[in-house]
Amino acid sequence: MNIQGKLAILADAAKYDASCASSGTERRDSLGGRGLGSTEGMGICHSYAPDGRCISLLKILLTNFCQYDCLYCVNRVTSNVPRARFSVDEVVQLTLDFYRRNCIEGLFLSSGIIQSPDYTMEQVVEVARVLREEHDFRGYIHLKTIPDAAPELLARAGRYADRLSINIELPTETGLATLAPEKDAPAIKRSMARLRVHIDDAKEAAKGDEAVVSMPKSRPKRAKAERFAPAGQSTQMIVGADAADDRAILATSAQLYGSYRLRRVYYSAFSPIPDAASSLPLKPPPLVREHRLYQADWLMRFYGFGHEEIVASDDGLLRLDVDPKLAWALAHRERFPVDLNRAPRELLLRVPGLGAKAVERVLAARRVRRLRSDDLKRLSVPLGKALPFLLLPDHKPRVIDDAQVAAALKPAPVQVQAALFA
Amino acid sequence: MSTVRIALEGEIDWDGFRAAARRLIAQGVPPEEASWSTGTEADLFDTPSVDAWAGSAEATTTVPAAFVDLCERVRLHRDPSRFALMYRLLWRLQHEPALRHDPLDADRLRAQAMAKAVGRDLHKMRAFVRFRPVHDGLPEPLHVAWFEPEHHIVEANAPFFMRRFTHMRWAILTPRRSVRWDGSSLTFGPGAARSDAPSSDAGEALWLTYYRHIFNPARLKLDQMRKEMPRRYWRNLPEAELISELTAHALPRTGRMVDAPATVPKRRIALLAMEEPVSRSAASKPLPNDPQKALAALRMATDRCRECPIGEHATQSVFGEGPVTARLMVVGEQPGDKEDLQGRPFVGPAGHLFDKALEDLGWDRTQLYVTNAVKHFKYELRGQRRIHKTPTQREAEACLHWLESEIEQVKPQALIALGATATRSLIGHAVPVLKARGTWLTGQHSLPVLVTVHPSALLRGDPAQRDEAYREWLADLSQAARYMAGAGRG
Repeated sequence: MNIQGKLAILADAAKYDASCASSGTERRDSLGGRGLGSTEGMGICHSYAPDGRCISLLKILLTNFCQYDCLYCVNRVTSNVPRARFSVDEVVQLTLDFYRRNCIEGLFLSSGIIQSPDYTMEQVVEVARVLREEHDFRGYIHLKTIPDAAPELLARAGRYADRLSINIELPTETGLATLAPEKDAPAIKRSMARLRVHIDDAKEAAKGDEAVVSMPKSRPKRAKAERFAPAGQSTQMIVGADAADDRAILATSAQLYGSYRLRRVYYSAFSPIPDAASSLPLKPPPLVREHRLYQADWLMRFYGFGHEEIVASDDGLLRLDVDPKLAWALAHRERFPVDLNRAPRELLLRVPGLGAKAVERVLAARRVRRLRSDDLKRLSVPLGKALPFLLLPDHKPRVIDDAQVAAALKPAPVQVQAALFA
Repeated sequence: MSTVRIALEGEIDWDGFRAAARRLIAQGVPPEEASWSTGTEADLFDTPSVDAWAGSAEATTTVPAAFVDLCERVRLHRDPSRFALMYRLLWRLQHEPALRHDPLDADRLRAQAMAKAVGRDLHKMRAFVRFRPVHDGLPEPLHVAWFEPEHHIVEANAPFFMRRFTHMRWAILTPRRSVRWDGSSLTFGPGAARSDAPSSDAGEALWLTYYRHIFNPARLKLDQMRKEMPRRYWRNLPEAELISELTAHALPRTGRMVDAPATVPKRRIALLAMEEPVSRSAASKPLPNDPQKALAALRMATDRCRECPIGEHATQSVFGEGPVTARLMVVGEQPGDKEDLQGRPFVGPAGHLFDKALEDLGWDRTQLYVTNAVKHFKYELRGQRRIHKTPTQREAEACLHWLESEIEQVKPQALIALGATATRSLIGHAVPVLKARGTWLTGQHSLPVLVTVHPSALLRGDPAQRDEAYREWLADLSQAARYMAGAGRG
């Protein structure tokens, strides 16, 4: 098969992985080296696909042969999709060529499990090694690590990669046992823990580096601390492939953030795949559910919400019609309205429509003036959403009721996928 | 009122603006009386440029550093009024002290919006410049790109491409400016035409293949795409030509996928020697006779243990560690955060204190068997932190048989119980640790059990009394010295 044909198959096989981020790593450039590439902390999306997703990395599988039989996966052993396998060099050349054209920020390499977890991981690491060592490539590399691969392989992967990830795929152990019989939840957690320990150690050692440099009359300098996945680790959870509700999903996310310091949990609405398994009797969930989970995740990471307080309803699901912050506010009317000119940061962060940046600017502006609704407009805060929950010198909200808030909001541009399958 | 006209040299003349602005401030020229032009329209003005002024440039004007950063961006904006806005802000900063504290001032907001637009343009140029190789006779090709920026950003963005593509020769052509890097220096030139840049090549076909196949037809979200990749960029992005075709076919493709009946797998990929999957009920299997192997089997089984709810939330079980020949077994409460991550007992802060005690007692940890009464870490999430929670009596009871199995395999001559949970597990009922500490009790297995506090209690205790508490703890532990003296039973 020619490279074009392989690329088609192996890009197809990789498109269900939600992550494409290329941010959060150390700053590097190719000055003083022999190769090419740079990273400046913030990633760059070089293109967008009609599915609205950013294309930042060359996201491919090394091979889509896989001996696992995960029901939700297009590459499972029992699927009839065409198979292909890249050589290490082919992936390297593709990455370098696309990078020179400025089409990508780097590579996101994953693989079906062939022969054994260790064998597969070794091949994946080899691509990164050749890029870094033989071509002095300084762009971004994200490697998907194979759970239960040998610790030394994880250690090597962390040396070359900016980010490592292991997909947890399903929020509960039982879900995983049912849909992905070969995957082992404890092994996944163990690998995440291992990565966290490495990442923490590397960070700790890097601090030591700085301390030595800043000392007057420098002593003999220690060897530079070995880098390990400076952009941290991430994971993906598939939404709607099993019966787990949003409450369970968010509880698992909170646990992953707390236990392993993940940089991101990606949520991927289960997507129809060609050649689906018969035992997957599922309608795909509406994409808006995935969107609500991202919003809820955001509330946990940046707005001080605990995972247990986000989902209020008895069915354990986030409301699809309003975003989770608004839903929380509607369910806690007794806490509102809050005085924009007096309320503490934590409370302002809970006002619908007030983003983290807007809150910072409100706090800054409050020191020099009393804020009125015009000021909010200047901060591009959606007034229809925020005003019912705020007390301002020129605004006193009436009793908050759902219909009134809903009327004040523009109908949300919700793309509900379900219509297709009704 | 006369108008002072300032002609800058070109669209992004930063030094010229700073020098002129400094002089204007020094001369007390209010913003309404200054008018700014860039090189291109300079001919319209016949008045002397600001350089002819006699004003002193020495007069220093101090502004917040953030203001300078803001202006560096704003000057790149294509809006002809940008220099007037910048000067007005500078003037107002000198005359209205409150301005620097007011993030909602209209002029400030406008400048910020302009800076943001420039920032976005800089970013989009980094994203959407597409190089195509041109073979111009040298061994390595020249990479040429055509791009149409919205603002005057070519000069400002060139160093980015230089840092990224240091060892590549490249040129970026735009309607107003062009820039070239030959491997050692950046050269700026006049604008170019789109036809000066090369057209698509075979390598680009690979990129189109990738674009076509990374798209998931079941997730059409065109608005999202257009928001991040506005149409004005499309004509210079080769893959944009595929958008309408991919979009048009997305719904039928998805429909076919959903309607298609599940297929029967045509073949199986050979399953290569995989280890026998670990049974999820390994606990019920008979244990191997060799104690070493038995402990390994138990370790694996505790990892799968879900007899109480804490196992599912922990990373892994933390099983005991030490030689099967150990004469002394030390039993703690439960693993903590560090132990949970590493899968080993006593490696966190309490473990460090324990190690220090062993060192002070002259004991060798490798001759002890160290374990916990409860095998999984129980915690409560507080934000991103995991706070240790004491296991309930039920949880400790559910876990007890694992500890008993360890004792059975190791057959120690004596045990040390650290803290209340360990003591209860070993003695069989609650014992007031503070009263019983330093004494030997008889455990469920008729083995002697030395009771003392858990090291984490020392860490939590009053810092003023820490040294004293530590000495008392050492005294407790030292009672077991005779079991250590003989070391292993070997």
